Amino acid sequence: MLARWQFGITTVYHFLFVPLTIGLAFSVAGFQTAWYRTGKEGYLRLTRFFGELFLINFALGLVTGIVQEFQFGMNWSSYSRFVGDIFGAPLAVEGLLAFFLESTFLGLWIFGWGRLSRGLHLATIWIAAIGTMLSAYFILAANSWMQHPVGYVYNPVTGRAELTDFIALLTNSTTLITFPHTMAAAFMTTGAFLAGIAMYRMLKDRDRPDAAGPFRAAAKAGAVMLLVSGLLVALTGDMQGKIMTDQQPMKMAAAEALWETEQPASFSILTIGSLDGSKDVFSIRLPYLLSFLATGDFNGKVEGINDLQKIQEAKFGPGDYTPNTAVTYWTFRLMIGMGALAAAAAAWFLLRMRKGRTPAGRTVLVATLLPFLPLAANSFAWMFTEIGRQPWIVFGLMPTAAGVSPTNDTLVVLVTMVGFTVLYGVLAVVMLGLVIRRVRAGLPEATSDRGFEHEAEPALGLGY
Amino acid sequence: MELTTLWFALIAVLWIGYFVLEGFDFGVGILLHVIGRNEPERRAMIRTIGPVWDGNEVWVLVAGGATFAAFPEWYATLFSGFYLALFLILVALILRGIGIEYRNKRGDLAWRGRMDILIAVGSFLPALLWGVAFANIVAGVPIDADKEFQGSLLTLLNPFGLLGGLTTLLLFVTHGLLFLTLKTEGEIRERARGLTLPVGLVTAVVAVVFLLWANAIRGDLLSLAVALVAAVAFLGALLAARLRKEGWAFFGSALTIGLAVVSLFLALFPDVMPSSLNPDWSLTTTNAASTPYTLTIMTIVAVIFVPVVLIYQVWTYYIFRKRVTVPRASVEA
Repeated sequence: MLARWQFGITTVYHFLFVPLTIGLAFSVAGFQTAWYRTGKEGYLRLTRFFGELFLINFALGLVTGIVQEFQFGMNWSSYSRFVGDIFGAPLAVEGLLAFFLESTFLGLWIFGWGRLSRGLHLATIWIAAIGTMLSAYFILAANSWMQHPVGYVYNPVTGRAELTDFIALLTNSTTLITFPHTMAAAFMTTGAFLAGIAMYRMLKDRDRPDAAGPFRAAAKAGAVMLLVSGLLVALTGDMQGKIMTDQQPMKMAAAEALWETEQPASFSILTIGSLDGSKDVFSIRLPYLLSFLATGDFNGKVEGINDLQKIQEAKFGPGDYTPNTAVTYWTFRLMIGMGALAAAAAAWFLLRMRKGRTPAGRTVLVATLLPFLPLAANSFAWMFTEIGRQPWIVFGLMPTAAGVSPTNDTLVVLVTMVGFTVLYGVLAVVMLGLVIRRVRAGLPEATSDRGFEHEAEPALGLGY
Repeated sequence: MELTTLWFALIAVLWIGYFVLEGFDFGVGILLHVIGRNEPERRAMIRTIGPVWDGNEVWVLVAGGATFAAFPEWYATLFSGFYLALFLILVALILRGIGIEYRNKRGDLAWRGRMDILIAVGSFLPALLWGVAFANIVAGVPIDADKEFQGSLLTLLNPFGLLGGLTTLLLFVTHGLLFLTLKTEGEIRERARGLTLPVGLVTAVVAVVFLLWANAIRGDLLSLAVALVAAVAFLGALLAARLRKEGWAFFGSALTIGLAVVSLFLALFPDVMPSSLNPDWSLTTTNAASTPYTLTIMTIVAVIFVPVVLIYQVWTYYIFRKRVTVPRASVEA
């Protein structure tokens, strides 16, 4: 149980920074490209401004990522023994292809200002950005295998799952849809980050056209990015829902708290009452919609939890095969709700900025909250997809309870869990403090010949 | 060569890459307050490793990932067994990474002072604990018939383990001194040079005792011979440092660290994690390995991409080959 909490906390926390890292890498590369091609100072200043924020965010994603690489062995050694032949490969490949690329070329980018030619320096940030994307692909391939194992056989002699087809692992139908969904979500998250911060600065700098101008451009770009990728998130999410209904019908049933099989099935927008299916106090339902979401047919049959439980019992033996319905139901709704709210805010921003207008001052509040919405949506999404897979760690193959390290002392796991949680909490405060400082400081001067290591020189006259 | 043997060698290569590269940036971190007397000097020291430390650290991530892929049983036993030691290493690496990356994000000296402490502590702990871990792997730890580690953090803190920790700590400090001598100018360079011989001689004694002891526990003529070559390389490095051949000196200490890892891996082979309870329960390159299919796939990926990585990492060092100077503007201020 503790091992689950530890993995959940460290992984959800890690993923707060991952989408921003991916999206900001490409966005900063985009700003720098705009500067490279037009020579306009505003783009250079945006590159430096968001580049700093990108690096503050990247640092946390990086250090929390180290934990990810090792904790399968630390807390989930039985799982590692059982799936290592399959699961280890994408992890190793991710390190070799993606991590080296990201870290080496980011180092070149950070310190390469003025030392590399402009074109070459621009290339380093693009290469780093591609590295972040590659990393996402391989780790999602690994996760998708847990959701929908393919390309393997169970070997009774060794007692483990063994890889038979690496290409099948990389082209898992689950990966092929999860990757675009996650990438779109990353850009949506970044769009909200850009739009929120740039809008905030634009309103603060309304009397300084040299800063308000670039921020207006960035706010628009962010809002458009958010809307377009939001649409892609919804589209890919819909396709993912159909694949999920096919591969893990229980997750779909739990997401809807659908206890009895329905044909056609209605979609519940929200339910107040008990989720154990006995009674609904209040419920808004849209007829036919769930059938369509799950099967693509308004009259499609969606199987309920009770039937699925019976099917799984017949297949895997007695046991409880139903995930925590309340958590699954609400995380699914919160994911969609937060995402929709962010998209609405972006549309509102664009509306208020049309034809050179500047929104009223109270927009600051929305701008401040906006970056947090997709972050919350991402976290709920992972909770949904991981908790919705329970009781399995590898769907249909290995129960989560069988995956933990058998020899770990409970107290020791508790200590490390508390340790990581406290440390991560402190780091979050530090990181947020730095982001706020940087945002308050506003657009930096247009310098292209100095690396970021000089960005914050010590104040003069401190006596040394 | 058997695929399992090839992967045992490749994992050794990844650890060599990690210790040779991150070794000097650990050293610089540990020496931060010893050699850097004020903020601008410490900033200059950090700048010597700034562009490369993260790329250096990826070597250990890949070593971990490759062990998972090629020897899942080794990965599972090692990381669940050395649980608390690894937790400490992870926390230290987190603090250190944050220290290096966040140090320049604020201008005030109190902030930078706190970050410098994170860097120093975060460099010291892993430099010590990796040595403890490797010494214990070589000596053997209580592994039962089910390949599970039966022990605790205290099991690892035995005299031989601690000597291993002291060895890596001192080796990395010397490596860091030679790196600083090579990459800085002025007083930092002189101070680093001044410390090289005294620290280096102590390191030589500790490292030779450790390697001999390791080879006495488990080893053969070949691993012993490599250990002796490592010792010679180290003395060569110290001699080169004395003759102000800074490049050769750094190369010598890099060679020493690499050969020391080779010696330990040779001593281990064909075990990957010997059991101290019963030799039959030891994890070996065969009983801990993945299937030939997975190893073949991984071999193809490694053969293509390890050289590519090496090329661009070497290129990075070439780009940042210039010595780092203490920023004068700040000193005058």
